[in-house]
Amino acid sequence: MEAAELDDAGRRCNAGNDPIAVVELRGASAAVGGRILWGGVDLTVECGEFVAVLGPNGVGKSTLIKVLLGALPAAAGEVRVLGRRPGGAGAQIGYLPQRRSFDASLRIRGVDVVRLGLDGDRWGVPIPGARRFSARRRAEQARVDEVIELVGASAYADRAIGECSGGEQQRLLIAQALVRRPRLLVLDEPLDSLDLPNQASVAALIGRISRSEDVAVVMVAHDVNPILPYLDRVVYLADGGAASGTPEEVITTETLSKLFRTPVEVLRASDGRLVVVGGPEAPALHTDRHLGVRSPVAGASAGADHAH
Amino acid sequence: MPTDSGLSWNPLADIQQMWQLDSMVNAYRAGTIVAVLAAAVGWFMVLRRQTFAGHTVALAGFPGAAAAVYLGVSASWGYFGFCVGAGAVIAALARNGKGGMAGESALTGIVQSFTLACGMLFVALYKGFLNGINSLLFGSFLGVTPGDIAVLAAVAVAVLAVMAAIGRPLLFSSVDPAVADARGVPSRALGVLFLVLLGATTAEVSQITGSLLVFALLVMPAATAQRLTARPAVSLVLSVLFALSVTWFGLGAAYFSPYPIGFWITTFAFGCYLLANVYGFVARFVVRWRGTGRRHVVEVLGVS
Repeated sequence: MEAAELDDAGRRCNAGNDPIAVVELRGASAAVGGRILWGGVDLTVECGEFVAVLGPNGVGKSTLIKVLLGALPAAAGEVRVLGRRPGGAGAQIGYLPQRRSFDASLRIRGVDVVRLGLDGDRWGVPIPGARRFSARRRAEQARVDEVIELVGASAYADRAIGECSGGEQQRLLIAQALVRRPRLLVLDEPLDSLDLPNQASVAALIGRISRSEDVAVVMVAHDVNPILPYLDRVVYLADGGAASGTPEEVITTETLSKLFRTPVEVLRASDGRLVVVGGPEAPALHTDRHLGVRSPVAGASAGADHAH
Repeated sequence: MPTDSGLSWNPLADIQQMWQLDSMVNAYRAGTIVAVLAAAVGWFMVLRRQTFAGHTVALAGFPGAAAAVYLGVSASWGYFGFCVGAGAVIAALARNGKGGMAGESALTGIVQSFTLACGMLFVALYKGFLNGINSLLFGSFLGVTPGDIAVLAAVAVAVLAVMAAIGRPLLFSSVDPAVADARGVPSRALGVLFLVLLGATTAEVSQITGSLLVFALLVMPAATAQRLTARPAVSLVLSVLFALSVTWFGLGAAYFSPYPIGFWITTFAFGCYLLANVYGFVARFVVRWRGTGRRHVVEVLGVS
């Protein structure tokens, strides 16, 4: 990122000279049940950067998120989130778990779901009409409205969330994750289960927010193409290893072939999309959440059909 | 019943006549307490999709009351002991996997059949008891004593106070457990606590509607209110209003007719639910028909 650009945005990003990176991984690895999933991850995420976590199914992309959130200790290496050990940064992290869709019969408005992201962990019940005498309540209400406006959900935020489409629900959930003004937004496959136009628009929304709100985004993705134009950095996880850097450095025939220790070819389609051809099958021992989507190196699999 | 217990065309006179009986006044007091409590706790139960668990916990009141009568203690002890106990057992044994509450349904079914079997055992043990089964299962509003009302009120206040304290985190973990957990909301503990509160609530409601018809007050007002609006505060208040009116009309209808209270309360509640569905259907139709005027219609009808 250009330093000047950050100066202009200038709210929290300190012209790239921020002494504390949002996320800092050094030689980090993760193990589940004694088996090393991935290892040797070196990654620095600066304020306002958009980083994608890519890799085949079952390689442990979501596990990286657990490590960042402090739900799972790293097996080796050092992990710092906002200068603290994982799990210590609390409200500074906004988290959007994988594939949640609300039941159609759930009768709660989208605005209420966003609101719960702000104060849902506070004990008690909101006092009706407190807006009239409480400045804090007014400020909270204003923040909820603002963040709903930011994700462009104003038109349907007052509808029951179960009646909203998948893309609308995803926008509201992004608003929920953003409502506390986090410095780090952790998203687990937010484009999963969306149709292609919605994938493109939600990806653009996340890219825009990471710049305008100075929030660093770490996003697990199944397919890099919808987010490729907005990415600052990618982490490619492989069985036992990892590669990180800019998309141009990492998603190449050389890097991926080295990473997967087998010939892999990265092709660029005429519309700019990346297609990864060849590569290893996903590790045998995992429960495949994406049954029926068999892509060799899943990170760039918009053209997975051609890869076979 | 007084000899002139016919229904006149003057509602005030009817109410006056009804309330001349201490037993009716007590029934109205107890019914009011129970309705408010059931509507508030039931609202969360419907939102959490735990109606099956609620049903099972309520059925535990049947063996509870039967055991209490067999042992010669107040039926209230049996209701509270068994309902709260059943709630605690389900909460303790249920493992909430990825499917949320779905994992507990098999366990709930097991607990339910066991409690019913226990109820029949106590009925068999107490041979002269058979006449009381009907009121245990289908409710009775006669014979509510001032002492009973004091107990009902005390438990209701306690349960509602706890509900008020945990309301917002409970809503969060009911609607969005994954994020609530990440935010440090103790979802598991709240789930256990809620089932215990649900047990205490069903124990109260059972004493008016009987074990089988608890749902008339626990589910129907909440489901009706949630059908009408998606605003949490509004639908919670609506739920309480529905439960109150259904109970009051049910008590009146039972007084002036030969039919049991449980039937009337359930019928009125079901009627409200059907009307709410018709309303929802019509409102949606109107919205679609008006097309661009949607926002306006939504505001006017209060549908969202």
